[in-house]
Amino acid sequence: MPISGSFVSPSSMNRRLFLTATGALSLSAALSACGGGGSDDSSAATDPVGQADIDKAMKTPTELTFWTWVPNIAKEVALFEKKYPAIKVKVVNAGQGTPQYTKLRTALKAGSGAPDMVQIEYQAIPTFTITNSLLDLRPYGASALKEQFVDWTWGQVSGSDGEVWAIPQDTGPMGMLYRKDIFDKHGIEVPGTWDEFAAAARKLHKADPDVFLTNLAANQPAAWHGLQWQAGAKPYVTSGKSDIAISVDDAVSRKLGEYWGGLAKEGVIGVEPDFTDAWYAALNKGKYATWITAAWGPVFLSGSAKDTAGKWRAAPLPQWDAAKPSSGNWGGSTTAVIRSTKNPIAAAMFAQFLNTDPASARMFATEQFFFPATKSLLTSAEFVGEASSFYGGQKVNELFAGISSTVNASFQWPPFLDQAATDWTETVGKSLADKTDTVRALGSWQSRLTTYAKGQGFTVKGG
Amino acid sequence: MAVTTATSAKGKRRAAGPLFVAPFMVLFLLLFLAPLGYAAYLSLFQERLIGGTAFVGLDNYVKAVQDPLLIHGVGRVALFFVIQVPVMLLLALLFALALDSGLLRLARVIRLGIFVPYAVPSVVAALMWGYLYGPDFGPFAQLSRNLDLPVPDFLSEGWMLSSLANIVTWEFVGYNMIILYAALRTIPPELYEAAAVDGAGAWRTAWSVKLPALRPALMLTLLFSIIGSFQLFNEPNLLMKIAPDVISSSYTANLYAYSLAFTGQQVNYAATVSFLLGLVIVIASYAVLLTANRRRTP
Repeated sequence: MPISGSFVSPSSMNRRLFLTATGALSLSAALSACGGGGSDDSSAATDPVGQADIDKAMKTPTELTFWTWVPNIAKEVALFEKKYPAIKVKVVNAGQGTPQYTKLRTALKAGSGAPDMVQIEYQAIPTFTITNSLLDLRPYGASALKEQFVDWTWGQVSGSDGEVWAIPQDTGPMGMLYRKDIFDKHGIEVPGTWDEFAAAARKLHKADPDVFLTNLAANQPAAWHGLQWQAGAKPYVTSGKSDIAISVDDAVSRKLGEYWGGLAKEGVIGVEPDFTDAWYAALNKGKYATWITAAWGPVFLSGSAKDTAGKWRAAPLPQWDAAKPSSGNWGGSTTAVIRSTKNPIAAAMFAQFLNTDPASARMFATEQFFFPATKSLLTSAEFVGEASSFYGGQKVNELFAGISSTVNASFQWPPFLDQAATDWTETVGKSLADKTDTVRALGSWQSRLTTYAKGQGFTVKGG
Repeated sequence: MAVTTATSAKGKRRAAGPLFVAPFMVLFLLLFLAPLGYAAYLSLFQERLIGGTAFVGLDNYVKAVQDPLLIHGVGRVALFFVIQVPVMLLLALLFALALDSGLLRLARVIRLGIFVPYAVPSVVAALMWGYLYGPDFGPFAQLSRNLDLPVPDFLSEGWMLSSLANIVTWEFVGYNMIILYAALRTIPPELYEAAAVDGAGAWRTAWSVKLPALRPALMLTLLFSIIGSFQLFNEPNLLMKIAPDVISSSYTANLYAYSLAFTGQQVNYAATVSFLLGLVIVIASYAVLLTANRRRTP
């Protein structure tokens, strides 16, 4: 029984769209990332590269390597190669999320074998900027792209000194999918606030003990971070290179802990691990009346819970303050360039083209069913006007496009996301599953992370 | 003339030895000793996200021997070893003796049937058992629900170690059985004839002839089992996905080393933990060998 790093994801062939849910899985098993915190102290290299140099590089025969787990991405890559025939892009699937990051880290450490471009989730960016592994894309014209992207996505790819570490590809603003038939049967209104949601949870479970209003997976730190994000928490704030304020158990998070821990203790919500066979079966059999998920959820669910077609609808997350609707993000990816690339111009141009060329960006939405990061797609009549029969003809894209504009733009990730995620599962997640004191578990999470960060040489503030 | 030929022949023979051993030695050095040495080297440093790498001497070891997570992890696999291995080897022994007795019908089919689980990759096995253990839709749960019995929660804290032991036993009984069975087949038939002449029946032959002859093979399977138990990794790593509240990232010592390296990026400390785990395995193996040998010469 030797050590092998095989994390088996629960996705199967017909769930290939699960890949969109990148954040879902990888946060759960082990997130690797660090937040928008700054990492690069060399600000000298920000002079723009001249157009002549760019033109020359794009005409020089070059081979680039691109690590990504997006299915069928060859179609988008072909658009790039058609425009720049001299550049050949080799697409490599090095694993989805964490396994890829592990390989990437190994290659970076070894000093060879790293790709030129890499798919990277928002939450993983700081984990790679702290090790100085990503290339600042500003000299290649990335700053000019800012206006094309939804504000919060640009915040996620920006460093503390204004660096542009990656180009957004797809997103996962959070919403709620619910079973209209179950709601109707028990006379439950779609909850607009978390208070109403809690009342509905008690009412539903009382009416039918086999059914729960929702499942808050005890192994899913990504969802928890998204809920923190919605509630306005600032769990990680990095400043400079080595300062970090950790406050995963501040007042906002404690409110979350009391709320969800309370519901779990009462036994009116489920807490089983998600993306397991049992969880898929539960969604198919109507054990849960809602799924708190992200914008990739609707397409994913329609592939994984086929038996329930037509019974689902989508709604925004319940709110803490109904007057100021807000949401968090869960999942989605970016394209980044590895600093060690020998062809920085071509690689940077590729990252930008892939996600901003109108044909390529549109293809991600129509071929891979990614939820877009660009303003133009989120407002295009073709995209938002699409009615989905799985959701009874509801215009689900339109709903989530609206939610995307309510996502807070200043949320940051820690530069050691894997550790934060694992520690969450072993403290907060465990308290949910064991129905013990979740607020206290938040305290353990805080102290574990503080110890870890100090051990790694950070100056830890707050807490 | 004659003398020189003799010497050169002798010289050739002398050169032949190292030459034959060379391929092994080269691979042994490259693939075993070098990584081991590198791990030992790594374990003397500390690399931090901020501040880089520093030589810390034996600090990591001092920290590790007091690390409650590591101690619990080693304790857990030791308990696992003490309970699971005897059960598994006893079953393997019974199956091997039964097959060797020649009294079973369809012996080949049975032999293959017991061995097949070993051919199933442990990743697949753990996933399959994870489904069987499931408290909602697993077959055991459904059966007990239909019979109005309490649903056994195989994935709970109290049951988990037994559930893991069951998976590992299922996987490795066949493997150990094959080793023991092969050893049984090498027993010279004269011994059986002699036993028969002395009036020994099937049970007596098994006890007085087969079992003593099996001793070396049993020792071999026991040693493999010690190593396998202490390095328990795949099964808990996979069940972690469906029972994250029970199996933590330090559930077994090997899992802890893995988490340290790949989650916490504490490669140096992970090397230390691995090294100490190796030491524990050496000590445990040696202790078992010593006890067994002492028994042989009363």
